[in-house]
Amino acid sequence: MKGVKDCVPTLLGYLSIGLAAGVVQKTAGLSIAEIALMSLILYAGSAQFIAAGMIAASSSPTAIIITILFVNMRHLLLSAALSPYFRHLSPLRNILVGSLLTDETFGVAINQTAKKNQINETWMHGLNVTAYLNWFLANIAGALLAQWISDPEKFGLEFALPAMFIGILVLSIIGRGKIKRDVAVAVIAVVIAVASSFVLSSSMGIIVATIIASTIGMVVEKWR
Amino acid sequence: MEIRWDVFLIIVGAAIVTFIPRVVPLMVLSRIELPEWGMRWLNYVPISVMAALISQEILVHDGKLSSLTDNIQLVAAIPTFLIAIKTRSLLVTVLSGVIFFMFLRWVFTWV
Repeated sequence: MKGVKDCVPTLLGYLSIGLAAGVVQKTAGLSIAEIALMSLILYAGSAQFIAAGMIAASSSPTAIIITILFVNMRHLLLSAALSPYFRHLSPLRNILVGSLLTDETFGVAINQTAKKNQINETWMHGLNVTAYLNWFLANIAGALLAQWISDPEKFGLEFALPAMFIGILVLSIIGRGKIKRDVAVAVIAVVIAVASSFVLSSSMGIIVATIIASTIGMVVEKWR
Repeated sequence: MEIRWDVFLIIVGAAIVTFIPRVVPLMVLSRIELPEWGMRWLNYVPISVMAALISQEILVHDGKLSSLTDNIQLVAAIPTFLIAIKTRSLLVTVLSGVIFFMFLRWVFTWV
């Protein structure tokens, strides 16, 4: 139950992004059943936006799946970062923890490790399942709403995602007590992410920036 | 209310390539003991990935650097950062960020 409660602050962000995703998917010509299936078994905002856009543009299934694979590479890093806290679990139970992992639940979970130094498995499921159900409902609501709203952008919803990332970043830096070094790593990540996006796809840019900035953080910490 | 066959294939394929990177590191890395530097590296991953995601959301559009003077998201990001530092609350941060953004766009369209 504590995990359910800790998920609440992210629900609004999810709700607005889920609504937006629902609207976009519906306008891309997907049926309600397809949107439901997408939010339930794909369960990834960025991937769903991409799928909707590419289906609307009649891209080939292979192209869509490869693009989504690249965008999701960052989950490797999130999953790896959580692994130390779940090393006592069986592979099956690790699958259960990982299958509902998102940027947001990761952010909340890593915040929890800063506070408590460990994550309880039940807490993690509470967090994940709450986010999952909220995402599903938001997608369906957005799909239903799409018939009525002509321009969802008016409501500032597209800033919900960056605002949530900003909150997660600030909270995870504040919780660790290594503020100067963390801010330096964040700035390096920003510079690399922006610079590499001119030559690479944006999702590859995120991967490259994450790998280099984390390595710099690790090396600097070792030398002090 | 129907599900088209090609859309079904796309959804299942996309779900598989989403599932694997979410699950495999948790399964594999929790079996083997990571060296100390590895753990330290992983400690910096969340901060790096969040910073990279934010910068691409608000600084890059279509593979180009957005114009700094005409970027409402960037302007809205500044008070959003301050609110996050001040309140340390994710909910307040998201709410006020969306409101700042809505307000700024309203102002920018009138100027």
